Amino acid sequence: MSDGKAVSDGKAGSEGGASGGMARLSVRKTYKLFIGGAFPRSESGRSYVVNDGKGGFLANASQASRKDVRDAVTAARKAFGGWSGRTPYNRGQILYRVAEMLEGRRAQFVEELRATGLGKGAAGAEVDAAIDRWVWYAGWADKLGAVGGAANPVAGPFFNFSTPEPTGVVGIVAPDSALLGLVSVVAPAIVSGNTVVVVASEPAPLTSITLAEVLATSDLPGGVVNVLTGRRDELAPWLAAHMDVNAIDLAGVAKDQVRALEEAAADNLKRVLRPGVTDWSAEPGTERLTAFLETKTVWHPVGL
Amino acid sequence: MEFEYAPAPESRAVVDIRPSYGLFVDGEFTDGHGEPFKSVDPSTEEPLAEIATADAADVDRAVAAARAAYDKVWGPMPGRERAKYLYRIARIIQERSRELAVLESIDNGKPIRESRDVDLPLVAAHFFYYAGWADKLAHAGFGAGPRPLGVAGQIIPWNFPLLMLAWKIAPALACGNTVVLKPAETTPLTALAFAAICRQAELPPGVVNIVTGAGETGRLLVEHDGIDKIAFTGSTDVGKRIARAAAGTDKKVTLELGGKAANVIFDDAPLDQAVEGIVNGIFFNQGHVCCAGSRLLVQESVADELLDRLKRRMATLRVGDPLDKNTDIGAINSAAQLEKIRMLSEVGEQEGAGRWSPPCELPQRGFWFAPTLFTDVAQSHRIAREEIFGPVLSVLTFRTPAEAVEKANNTPYGLSAGVWTDKGSRILWMAERLRAGVVWANTFNKFDPASPFGGYKESGYGREGGRHGLEAYLDV
Repeated sequence: MSDGKAVSDGKAGSEGGASGGMARLSVRKTYKLFIGGAFPRSESGRSYVVNDGKGGFLANASQASRKDVRDAVTAARKAFGGWSGRTPYNRGQILYRVAEMLEGRRAQFVEELRATGLGKGAAGAEVDAAIDRWVWYAGWADKLGAVGGAANPVAGPFFNFSTPEPTGVVGIVAPDSALLGLVSVVAPAIVSGNTVVVVASEPAPLTSITLAEVLATSDLPGGVVNVLTGRRDELAPWLAAHMDVNAIDLAGVAKDQVRALEEAAADNLKRVLRPGVTDWSAEPGTERLTAFLETKTVWHPVGL
Repeated sequence: MEFEYAPAPESRAVVDIRPSYGLFVDGEFTDGHGEPFKSVDPSTEEPLAEIATADAADVDRAVAAARAAYDKVWGPMPGRERAKYLYRIARIIQERSRELAVLESIDNGKPIRESRDVDLPLVAAHFFYYAGWADKLAHAGFGAGPRPLGVAGQIIPWNFPLLMLAWKIAPALACGNTVVLKPAETTPLTALAFAAICRQAELPPGVVNIVTGAGETGRLLVEHDGIDKIAFTGSTDVGKRIARAAAGTDKKVTLELGGKAANVIFDDAPLDQAVEGIVNGIFFNQGHVCCAGSRLLVQESVADELLDRLKRRMATLRVGDPLDKNTDIGAINSAAQLEKIRMLSEVGEQEGAGRWSPPCELPQRGFWFAPTLFTDVAQSHRIAREEIFGPVLSVLTFRTPAEAVEKANNTPYGLSAGVWTDKGSRILWMAERLRAGVVWANTFNKFDPASPFGGYKESGYGREGGRHGLEAYLDV
């Protein structure tokens, strides 16, 4: 396709030399999709070129298709019962484990972000912020019920209480903030028990697959997070129109596309989180948590 | 020897229905410029009054009045002052409660026993409840100084006209918004009576505006650029249209839509109590209830005994004059709704379900439908999938709790569900698994202003009632 250098070539080239003065050729990573805990290529067989900040070749990313969207939604639906049925404590433990794994891969993420054009300091700061953001959301797992729920004083012999429950399968069109933006949309959706199908940033998809590798090794059940790389304009409409998706986060959608996607989402009354965040380093608040929660109210009888 | 009930009609003398009604805009009753329509008494088919239709210019005027009131009066007003207006309104509703109940029964067709004992007490309670929030919003969990949205466009259905008005207007005003509300075209009278109550309460002009009309007036309101918020209660089809209309705008939308609730009866349930709950679940308000328990799921081992008792109980239901204090089931709200109930019931028979109604004499004039149940219903039958919105119950059976959950959740809706069992741990086990916004245990169709209400999935989004209900009207 192109004669540029892949993400991990930078260092490897100079570290070689063991075999008779010839530089060791690095082993490149194949960037595939992440569906149901596995890393398949797109069923379409397509890929697209991902370039670095200067336009040089970085990698061939999988170019997912409509069928990949459907497979990912199926995997997310299948994982929903188990994941939402875990105790909040357990979900918090697993998400914290993800943060630990992120920290362990810190250098790799910094390198990938630098490849997108960020300077060393900026890339390091973004990875730090992303890990801290993940830890922040992980801690919400066993607090949402207290903050979002209520015991309601009704006028009758009932214990009436409301609890926040996950909405179901959430479609996420991730923003171009390749790591901080990505974790800022994925973590709040899954911490409450939702499962997600993420359409990664089109120009900067590689960190999403590396994040998937982290998730795959963090005790997160397969299918809770599914990641598709490819053309946003091709994939987002299928996700927005899919009748087994319960909600959609339009974080990475361009303004002129919002209306059409919202219209498609109305066909099964998806909960829609409209795009609005531009600065992913700002304190997030609870908006992305509550956007994908349903309030369930139970009337339990009181009596002898 | 036969014992007959003597007629026990509530007096109509407490209401004064004028021959024609205008719109309520900026604190005044004004003419509408669309083609007027008639509101009909569904128990007699007699026209009650001629009602104005708001055209585009009228909706413009109402939205402009609401905007001006928001900018100049209601928005800047301290919460404690807003609270006192809402308390006043709650008190006036209590004072005029009988009049409003009779008016509601005349215009809607619902039994006076229900409008008097359920609708009106809940209407007053709702205003009373949200009045108290108006000056406590900083403590509601939405930040230190949550802001209102601005002007809310609100569209309400015909099944609980005044109660749905209360659910919409009370939280909106408590949070500092102003409103333009469109009541349903078959039941506008109590909303117009409410407009007069706003005047008695000396509510500043423009804070509440009532525009009457049919779907076209609703469309004009929903699509109006001058509103910041859409709140709709009604059918899922119209809800989807509204969601599409709001696509690409900044309007905040809450939708409370249809349902096909499962009412699950376990073999250890107190059966007589369950029978009362089933009857209340599906025959309350003629079944014109979005959260009605329209799918009865009975554990197989008690199905025969339960159905025997249910049929015996259904045979005692009294269908007839909504204003008779002994009436259990009143009139179907409109000819169109009656036609829909008839059509789906015929489909139920055609698809192979067994139809049963008790012997039941229906009045000659008006819109009536006998309480009906279907047995041998399959999950694929239309009467098990589609909202009938009438006094028609579909009966299915199950063997295990897991099967009950599976069947209960097998619907695109998710508004409510019922569970009947003697075992508290089973109630909570079921409640965890039912994908519905409200779960009633050993009761059904209970409402309270402190209790959040609203759906999962295609039953809509947002909550009404309780602290959660504030979110729909705050910029959070």
